[in-house]
Amino acid sequence: MNRSPYITDAPTVSAIMLKVLLALVPGIIAYVWIYGGGILVSITLATITALAAEAALLKIRQRPIKPYLMDMSAVVTAWLLALALPPLAPWWLVVVGTFFAIVIAKQLYGGLGYNPFNPAMVGYAVLLISFPLIMTKWPAPLLLAEHPLNFMDQLNYIFSGVLPTDIKVDAITSATPLDYLKTQLTLKHEVASIIESPIFGMYGAKGGEVITGAYLLGGLYLLQQRIISWHLPTAFLAALATISLAFYAVNPTHFANPLFHLMSGASLLCAFFIITDPVSGPTTPRGKLYFAAGVGVLTYLIRVYGGYPDGVAFAVLIMNMCVPLIDAHTQPRVFGHKKP
Amino acid sequence: MNAIINFASNLIRGVSSNKDVFKFNGGVHPRDHKAESTTRPIAKLAIPEKLILPLRQHVGYIPKIKVQVGDQVLKGQMLAEPEGTVSAAIHAPTSGTISAISEEVIPHPSGLPDMCITLTPDGKDTWGQLHPIDWRHTDKKILVDSLRESGIVGLGGATFPTHIKLHSNGKSNVHTLVINAAECEPYITCDDMLMRERADEIVKGIEIVKYLLGAEKSIIGIEDNKPEAARAMSAACVSDDMLVKVVPTLYPSGDARRLIHLLLDIEIPHDKRSTDVGVQVFNIATVLAIYRYFEFGEPSISRIVTITGNVHTPQNFEVLFGTPLESLVAAAGGTKQDTTHFIMGGPMMGFDLPNEHVPITKAANCIIAAAPGLFAPPPPAMPCIRCARCADACPVNLQPQELYWFAKSDNFEKARDYNLFDCIECGCCSYVCPSDIPLVQYYRYAKSEIIATDKAKEAADLARERNDFRLARIEREKLERAQKHAERAQAGKTQAKVEDASANKSEAESTVSSEATPSVNDKQAAIAAAIARAKAQKLSSAPANQELAAEKAEATNIAKTPEMEAAGLSVNETQVKQDKQALIAAAIERAKAQKLAAAQAGVVPKNVDNISASVQAEINETDAIREKAKLSTDNKN
Repeated sequence: MNRSPYITDAPTVSAIMLKVLLALVPGIIAYVWIYGGGILVSITLATITALAAEAALLKIRQRPIKPYLMDMSAVVTAWLLALALPPLAPWWLVVVGTFFAIVIAKQLYGGLGYNPFNPAMVGYAVLLISFPLIMTKWPAPLLLAEHPLNFMDQLNYIFSGVLPTDIKVDAITSATPLDYLKTQLTLKHEVASIIESPIFGMYGAKGGEVITGAYLLGGLYLLQQRIISWHLPTAFLAALATISLAFYAVNPTHFANPLFHLMSGASLLCAFFIITDPVSGPTTPRGKLYFAAGVGVLTYLIRVYGGYPDGVAFAVLIMNMCVPLIDAHTQPRVFGHKKP
Repeated sequence: MNAIINFASNLIRGVSSNKDVFKFNGGVHPRDHKAESTTRPIAKLAIPEKLILPLRQHVGYIPKIKVQVGDQVLKGQMLAEPEGTVSAAIHAPTSGTISAISEEVIPHPSGLPDMCITLTPDGKDTWGQLHPIDWRHTDKKILVDSLRESGIVGLGGATFPTHIKLHSNGKSNVHTLVINAAECEPYITCDDMLMRERADEIVKGIEIVKYLLGAEKSIIGIEDNKPEAARAMSAACVSDDMLVKVVPTLYPSGDARRLIHLLLDIEIPHDKRSTDVGVQVFNIATVLAIYRYFEFGEPSISRIVTITGNVHTPQNFEVLFGTPLESLVAAAGGTKQDTTHFIMGGPMMGFDLPNEHVPITKAANCIIAAAPGLFAPPPPAMPCIRCARCADACPVNLQPQELYWFAKSDNFEKARDYNLFDCIECGCCSYVCPSDIPLVQYYRYAKSEIIATDKAKEAADLARERNDFRLARIEREKLERAQKHAERAQAGKTQAKVEDASANKSEAESTVSSEATPSVNDKQAAIAAAIARAKAQKLSSAPANQELAAEKAEATNIAKTPEMEAAGLSVNETQVKQDKQALIAAAIERAKAQKLAAAQAGVVPKNVDNISASVQAEINETDAIREKAKLSTDNKN
């Protein structure tokens, strides 16, 4: 029988997923520093929900449970979703979002390798549409809060929605810079005066910049480990920078500068961790460039003209739809063939 | 756009250090495991107790046996002569007696037995008459023709008869001879050792081949993990038109098209051969065999084989063809305890041998004793996560993840569109797959399916052609009859019409005469013809729907006899059955052909019997292959 090759040298799927999780750790540490330990609760909740939902669905679909749970892809989805949600999100929000991501967006399409859409982004989009108010209210970073919550307060708030008696909800939450910028612009304020607000940091959101920087660190690790290819983050960031620069150049009073867009919201999480999901993304090198550039442009347009403060989730989902088309039209030239 | 991508890719990958070498896409770096078998010199393996010589040791037609059981033969005597152009002779590796001509298990992935000549050596090892040829003073055509008798085939593993590669018809335009000494597969060291020990003879062989091809220069490509071999070859190369070029170690640089690209920056078009661009490739061991054939008259009776892996003393041996594997294993100190089986070839493209008794053949460059510690059984395959590592590793720049998807879903047309047949089955994709998917097996399966379908289609086309001829003949005969009929009608009315009716009746495949004269006798003739046709079609072929309907109407209108109705009914039944077969036949044809067939079927009845007889076998075969491939590659949990 001919079953060569007899040798392999490849990381397992589990190893790849574990490295992605490892690359998220700096971001999580920064997150805890900026927003407190509540995020750890969200991550734990999401992880448990994801594994339970995955196991249940695998059982219903009569698939072997252990090898598929061990591939860790569900955990990656859970962590990404938890990191995309507002800190201190109520427990049921995390559970519902994760459940939807794993059950509907992943398992019902056939499980790992078969989902056409990024599961974490599907979960996020469903929550954003269903619970827009909770999803757009972010707590102020600890260093800005009038009454910083300790971990027990956060835990209590996540599970029961109850705050310490002397604190009101409005006192701990505020709009995100992207959101704030948008609403202030509609009130005919100028960008320069808007970013005087204390919620803005040097480039993006105060505090948020730190997390963004940590994501960049993790992303560089993934690049170095060859878990992700350079095409996706490069094209995404370049497209986002280019389009925001173009708008900024035309009217700097009305449009924020490119650095703000790169450092705000989920830009870098998207660049290194979300659009790099191989299953729902394109496979050809040229396709990856087009895909990522598309996400970058759409993200910007949704941020500036759309109804939601950040556009990453919808941009990714829209571009996911285009993947088969992109792949079909970006086939590389095969050895010995003329240009296709 | 592409330029930018390439530039960026090169920046990240690090620009190639050797500017002489033109890299191809992908490739992998497996651990080479070559040092194990290069510590000892090439040794001559003793003559075994019996030699089993398969007739099928090369690509092409099997040679014709020239000896009988009981014949005494001398060393180097031809036992089987080449038959047809693409064929190679088999010679006696030593002197002795032909003890059997029978089916034996041969070293082939199928593990099936095939025709072999068994020779019992007499131990004297007496050479027969040898005829060295002074190649410098002999006509090229005579030299190449004599090579046909040498039994020499490509010893790199491809086993293509060598004389065909040198056959030029006097208009050779080969300017460069590439000598493939890359030996990129792990474990294999037979070419390495040959170059270290016999560089002088190899260089003489290269000179002969260069002369035969009329090439201007020759380039010897050696991977940089064989510095001793490269040094030996450089030292032996004295002329200026012979160049040793060291290429970076990267599997599969030993693939001919990849090597030509590496050395010459020539990308051979996928539908062309290397000679179309003026390049011919020979393996190092092959040129040595050519040298020994002209210089000493020695035909191809032995080769260097690496025995390595889980044996005590891995080494290279000069082994007579037909030597049972167990003798070679014993010479290498025997196997270590946990040996499970043997692999012929390298770990990237080799295959499992059925047992220890199979003979060493012309293709056997390496035998690896396998053990779980060396080659771990693959873990169960996981789903493809589209990570495209396979695409990065593919030396042909294919998209293995797409091909896998198409092969798995039996979408063969699409697989062909994505250039499945450019796949060289090097195994790089499986080597880097995180999900441990046996990708190459999927491609082999898809290829065999497509080839089987193409064969079936060819058979169907042939049948259709035959049917068209038959219909044309019927049409012609009908016209001739009509003409005759008209002549007779003029000659004598009553007499002629009776004759016409009987003639129509006897003609089984006739159709109703289009010529309708308003007479009673003619109507009777038409009825008779309809009966005859109904019976005939019941036996041979099903008419197309339109015709059947018309005929049925005709039959019920005209005939009231029970016999007639029964005939109509059974036609209907066979129609249903044969329609089903026609559907199967049609399903395996390509869309284009289907359209054509439908257009034809609208006009003429399809000769389904003709197709089903030949095609049904093909379909069964296809199903069998599909079943087998499904079993062997089933990773759908």
